[in-house]
Amino acid sequence: MARRNDDQTRYRIFTRRAMLIGAGQAALLSTLAGRMYYLQILESDRYATLAEDNRINLRLLAPPRGRIIDRFGLPLADNVQNYRVVLVREQTRDVAWTLDALGQIIELSDYDRERVLRETTSKRAFVPVTVRDNLTWPQVSRIEVNAPELPGVSIDVGRTRRYLFGDPMTPVLGYVSAVSESELTGDPLLELPDFRIGKNGVERQHDLKLRGAAGTSQIEVNAAGRVIRELKQRRNEAVPGKELVLTLDAELQLFVHEQLAAHESASAVVMNVENGEVLALGSAPSYDANAFSLGISPDYWGTLVNDPLSPLTNKAVAGLYAPGSTFKMMVALAALGAGASPGDLAFCRGWLELGNARFHCWKKHGHGWLDMIGGIKQSCDVYFYELSKRTGIDRISEMATRFGLGQPLGVDLPGERPGVVPTREWKLGAIGEPWQKGETLVTAIGQGFILATPLQLAVMVARIASGRAVTPRVTRGFREVEGEGPVVGAEAPVFAPLDVPEAHLKLVRQAMDAVVNEKKGTAYWRRIAKEGWEMAGKTGTSQVRRITKAERDEGVKKNDELPWRFRDHALFVAFAPVHKPRYCCAVVVEHGGGGSKVAAPIARDILTEVQRRDPSAAQGLPLLASSQVREG
Amino acid sequence: MDFTDLSSPRNPRLKFSQKLAQISWGLIFLVLALGASGVAMLYSAADGSMEPWASRQMVRLGAGLLIMSVVALFDIRFWFRQSYLIYLGALLLLVAVEVMGSTGMGAQRWIDLKVIRIQPSEVMKVALVMVLARYFHGLASDDIGRPTLLLLPLALVLVPTALVVKQPDLGTSAMLLMVGVAMFFIAGVRMWKFGVLVVAGLGAIPIGWQFLHGYQRQRVLTFLNPESDPLGSGYHTIQSKIALGSGGLTGRGFLQGTQTHLEFLPEKQTDFIFTMLAEEFGMLGGLGLLGLYTLVFVYGAAIAIRSRNHFGRLLAMGLMINLFLYVFINIAMVMGLIPVVGVPLPLISYGGTAMMTVLISLGLMMSISIHRDVRIPRTGLNTEL
Repeated sequence: MARRNDDQTRYRIFTRRAMLIGAGQAALLSTLAGRMYYLQILESDRYATLAEDNRINLRLLAPPRGRIIDRFGLPLADNVQNYRVVLVREQTRDVAWTLDALGQIIELSDYDRERVLRETTSKRAFVPVTVRDNLTWPQVSRIEVNAPELPGVSIDVGRTRRYLFGDPMTPVLGYVSAVSESELTGDPLLELPDFRIGKNGVERQHDLKLRGAAGTSQIEVNAAGRVIRELKQRRNEAVPGKELVLTLDAELQLFVHEQLAAHESASAVVMNVENGEVLALGSAPSYDANAFSLGISPDYWGTLVNDPLSPLTNKAVAGLYAPGSTFKMMVALAALGAGASPGDLAFCRGWLELGNARFHCWKKHGHGWLDMIGGIKQSCDVYFYELSKRTGIDRISEMATRFGLGQPLGVDLPGERPGVVPTREWKLGAIGEPWQKGETLVTAIGQGFILATPLQLAVMVARIASGRAVTPRVTRGFREVEGEGPVVGAEAPVFAPLDVPEAHLKLVRQAMDAVVNEKKGTAYWRRIAKEGWEMAGKTGTSQVRRITKAERDEGVKKNDELPWRFRDHALFVAFAPVHKPRYCCAVVVEHGGGGSKVAAPIARDILTEVQRRDPSAAQGLPLLASSQVREG
Repeated sequence: MDFTDLSSPRNPRLKFSQKLAQISWGLIFLVLALGASGVAMLYSAADGSMEPWASRQMVRLGAGLLIMSVVALFDIRFWFRQSYLIYLGALLLLVAVEVMGSTGMGAQRWIDLKVIRIQPSEVMKVALVMVLARYFHGLASDDIGRPTLLLLPLALVLVPTALVVKQPDLGTSAMLLMVGVAMFFIAGVRMWKFGVLVVAGLGAIPIGWQFLHGYQRQRVLTFLNPESDPLGSGYHTIQSKIALGSGGLTGRGFLQGTQTHLEFLPEKQTDFIFTMLAEEFGMLGGLGLLGLYTLVFVYGAAIAIRSRNHFGRLLAMGLMINLFLYVFINIAMVMGLIPVVGVPLPLISYGGTAMMTVLISLGLMMSISIHRDVRIPRTGLNTEL
């Protein structure tokens, strides 16, 4: 019986210990339940958020860039589909084999081949690698037809900027190109690999408005980053960029470019003298902005950079030239302001002496007696030497500044340069020497220190013609929706009067009329014969070298005999019609020779064309000033 | 002395039909319920496909149930007799794996028999409980207090534990040690001796740290601060908690668990399958599964208490504790309560060996239940059955 009793003892101990174990287990199971409550109820929201973060990738949707159209609505820059062929490694058995097969269908450079092989191994297997982009339609269809034999190969569509007219528009439009490191602002849009931003022209000036706003789409991804699906209901579409309406008349711009391109290097600006709208702004040689959209080739870039004619510079706003005789109107106005009379006569014997220096007129044997209108008409240098001696550099500089020279005019184009209107202070500051009397004489014929851009010369003429402080612009406004709705822009500007007596301006206009439309005028042979379309203008020939006394004694060399880079710049400024000015024009042909011979015909043709194209009614797209929008 | 017990009507050899009648159908129902949950989760883990896991798990479950029934129908006295032999066999296997075992997951754990792969440490979990039950069955209540008689069972625990540590498999060796200690406890070893053990154990921690492999130390450190290395060794814990927590009260729904289906959660079909269940079925699903397991534990405890032989009591209780340790360690691990150790969730996780161990354990429990009235003398069985 002892054994049984002992078994009962053991049983008693066992049951007690089993109870304790059971209690311990119950406690531990409760811990698990408690932990579950903590994680799944108390902290549930936090973990739900973390779970979303895990699986949702935010993707930026690049907005389509706004179009650029001319004043009549003609598209100058838009976006086109860019077809590219991509390869997904995991969908093909052998990348090299597939590339060989693809190489039979479209041309594949060794460079592209190497790059694709490298990228497919370094990137994850499901990431598409671009093999070639910018495919033509025939190439796309050839690939699509052969798709069954090309596993892992597919066609992807992107957007590329397209400039419809190429070179002629580039000075105004500029171009877009890939974002460089220094241009990153923290906007994630800029970090998209295919994103392009404006680098020059209005593309750069109005980049933010053209750019639009990024949209987002939410993509569900797995732990390896593979896209599972897009969550459609959470998609937030991109806001397209605004459509930019230029003041430009595209056909006139083409015409202007054609005229300029006939010369090595030339630029021109055509403006409305009343409202400052630039109708054409050309700079030749130019370049094809399309080359930048897809990534410019190093060869083409090298050609552009090393070209001595600097095609990358927009010479209409950044080219600095001595204005030559086109500056004489400023001297005349300054003299009139200082009390000179238009009837004051001066005698030109071909030169004038000041101290022991001799200042020559372009006409070796002199003009004889001239009044002010005659001085401008025949562009007599001696007359203006005399006039400037009496007027002084201070008044001349002040007048030039009032007409827009020596300062940036605030045109909405990048790279505008201020030029130089010399004053006593300027010379002391810039050169460190006091002003010399002879320098006033040199300035009076637009030589020496003074420098101006073609745009400034155009504005100067616009101000002479209108009597108001006209400023230039190339933008009329923007439209929210491509191709429809009103153009919202700045109010049609009302420019302040110049504070120059109308009688003085009238006299200068009369003189400019004489330059073109009277016999003996320096541009008489370049006049517009059609009645009511006549232009008034002023020639300018600016020297780029000093003519020595020895050379003058031997006889000044003719331009044609000099190397190109030593030849004179040919300038011409004009407005038309002469009695009711609406348009003005400035033309500079670098090293072109005489202003009347080379620049004036271009200006004549341009001003004829602009008037021919001027159905006064067709002012372009209806403009809705922003103030009107607010009222509406 | 009552030697008549062996042949008395109260200690019979049961007929086959009698045994069948005694089978614990409730336990079988629980096993089927758990197994079905496992298959369902594996179906979900494969994004709604029977391949590659669910179908094979079903085959294994079927085979396992067969083996469980066979084990259950063997007389408890047979298992009593074979205890030492089985333990010896398991020990030999452990040594064999040490000598020639193939390396799986960077550790020597498997013996490849072409047809099946045996994980000796899993076999040892059952064998250790059996041998300790057998040994303590033979000790009178007075003998339990004699330290010299505790030396042999201590060696029985420590030798296999040491072998498994060397594999290295921290989770399994810890389980062996814990189940061994639990056997000492239910056998009636004095409480103060466990106190000594705890003190000694704490003292051994710095020494044991020296013997840990680099990755094992890393796991412990990561457990203490998982966010310190979110993409490295802390990744499992963090992702598991995110998946679990985002399940909320009712879960995302069957096949709808985003974290697991998007592969943020590794090993979702094996050690982390509970996370997946809790993400898809929420806290209610998790508690439901915990409830099923609790019923299994209660069953085990009831079988132990109702058994009329001490071997059966100790064995049933030990096997139940072993099962409990699987469940607790696995779930506590996926919820970030303890470090990440490779312990599967019984009957749910994909994998054959652990399922066999668990079903054999349950078969033994059933055998104890069927033969609960069988008496086994403390001194053992000398007669042939």
